Amino acid sequence: MALPLLFLFLSYEYEKPKNMKLLLLRFAGRKLFRLIILMLTVSVLSFILLSLSPIDPVRAYIGADMLRVSPEQRAIIAQRWGLNEPPVTRYFLWLGQALSGNLGISMIYNDAVIHVISIRFLASIVLIALAWIISGLLGFALGVAAGSRENSLVDRLIRFYAYTLASTPAFWLGLLLLIIFAVTLKLTPVGGIAPPGLTPDDLPIWERLQYLILPALTLSITGVANIALHTRQKLIDVLNSDYALFARAQGETNASLIRQHGLRNIALPAITLQFASFSELFGGTILVEQVFAYPGLGQATVEAGVRGDAPLLLGIVLFSAIFVFVGNTMADLVYSLVDPRIRISKGAKAT
Amino acid sequence: MSTLLNQSPAPTSTPIQHRKIAGFLSNRRGRTLLIIGLCLLFFASVIVSSNLMGNNGLGTDLNTRHTAPTLAHPFGTDWLGRDMFARTVRGLSLSLFVGLTAAAISAVLGVILGTLSATFGGVVDTAITWLIDVFMSLPHLVLLILIAFVVGGGVQGVIISVAVTHWPGLARIMRAEVLQLKSTDYVLLSARLGHSPWWIARHHMLPHLFPQFLVGLILLFPHAILHEAAITFIGVGLNPTTPAIGIILAESTRYLSAGYWWLGVLPGLTLLIAVKAFDILGQNVRSLLDPKTSHE
Repeated sequence: MALPLLFLFLSYEYEKPKNMKLLLLRFAGRKLFRLIILMLTVSVLSFILLSLSPIDPVRAYIGADMLRVSPEQRAIIAQRWGLNEPPVTRYFLWLGQALSGNLGISMIYNDAVIHVISIRFLASIVLIALAWIISGLLGFALGVAAGSRENSLVDRLIRFYAYTLASTPAFWLGLLLLIIFAVTLKLTPVGGIAPPGLTPDDLPIWERLQYLILPALTLSITGVANIALHTRQKLIDVLNSDYALFARAQGETNASLIRQHGLRNIALPAITLQFASFSELFGGTILVEQVFAYPGLGQATVEAGVRGDAPLLLGIVLFSAIFVFVGNTMADLVYSLVDPRIRISKGAKAT
Repeated sequence: MSTLLNQSPAPTSTPIQHRKIAGFLSNRRGRTLLIIGLCLLFFASVIVSSNLMGNNGLGTDLNTRHTAPTLAHPFGTDWLGRDMFARTVRGLSLSLFVGLTAAAISAVLGVILGTLSATFGGVVDTAITWLIDVFMSLPHLVLLILIAFVVGGGVQGVIISVAVTHWPGLARIMRAEVLQLKSTDYVLLSARLGHSPWWIARHHMLPHLFPQFLVGLILLFPHAILHEAAITFIGVGLNPTTPAIGIILAESTRYLSAGYWWLGVLPGLTLLIAVKAFDILGQNVRSLLDPKTSHE
């Protein structure tokens, strides 16, 4: 009953709050409320979907030992898991546990789902962060290079490159990089996260980088095309504007025009786009980790899907929703911090 | 502009036939039509040749295992001596079939939900918009894996999972489009003149929405095909004996370190060309249907 009241409180329009702190608080409150509703919806929908699945959880759990487990034993397992309860009861049982921080036990890793996700995510986030930085810098540089001279040879080359990348399967590109750099040139290892028997913590930083560079490059590629094309378009818009014409008339060169007027105006959309790319990055890790046998959250997602580990899959679905949400919220925040013309309250409403 | 120039008789001695072709190609419309034709020809040839070949080249021949590309085997052979070109064409035609079916279902879903949302408003609108938001709040591949997991494997499972995950984008566009149309002067005027909502839908909305739908549909294909390849690559969808592009590529990863590069490079390149062709097709159809660019 507290929720509708909370909603009323958050959506109440104040008389032009001048206090920045208050604005931020309201922004945070709204976002938190949205996140709660989102998590509830996602969990209900996923729960319905998973309970419709033809896969028998007991059978998936027992696996190859099915013949050695008697029907009575199976019934006991089903009983202990509460599989005989109606789905609605099961959902609330699950929700109660989830709220106290228990998302269940992963069948394939034989470990708490939360623990599996946190360990795997720590491995993936290194990859994601590297790819995020590469795609942001490279995409921005390419976009500026292309946009500063519209329809020049450089521009056409970059545009062709970006459009082709956009329709390239990322995992195939990973295979190409593997063939070129790992198999033919032998510059990097063929996959994994560390040599057999070692963990990344045993390795000096440059050796760890060797394992990271190809997957990170592959992961960054989709982002590069997106950022480059948007930055290019924005820069062209700026250079064709009236104030750019006026600056030219006053004798500004193209380079200083881009530095003075261009970069400021195109940085914002690029940064926002970069934060909004969290969803694609997460999806990308699933494929990239598969190609490079990188033991991160993406690989765990595939394993959970292929081998029928419902608790883990449900946990990952919820986690990925939070991850994407954080990215989008950061995009909103950056928007209002970088551009004084955009008020936080507006940004929060628009999404 | 260019069409006007072409209509004036050029004082050259070239035969009329030649001038016609040159004129056709020199304006954007002609070139666009040509590109559209070429793309369609490419898809038709993939599907037809896959059917004509039957099981030719798919049989195992242990004498010709792991041969690099030659004239007899343009894409080389795999670990069982099967011709990779035949397998690739087979896989591509399956991918095209899955992609086309899934994209078509998805586009229809998108149009129906988007239009419902905009026409009824209120609770329906809130519910559908929220559903779109929820779908978009999850990474695409996670959603694909979840749904493929639920509906089980097989070609049918892959089609369903790709179909039910690609509609939100188009639904959002359609909703915005209908909302905008509803508030235009001519639609408001038409309603004031006593036309029924159904009449308005048929005479004012449909002609406007159909091109949008068509372009949206064609631009869904590349996504659908890429995601079909991705999901079969990670092994959630089809069983490993089906010759889908994703499965061929997944198989090739086991032989990469042995130096059999052709197993992965060439099938992937073919997939890239197919996806790119659909993208080009979509862009060209759009520029042809959009009144702003159709006369360039």
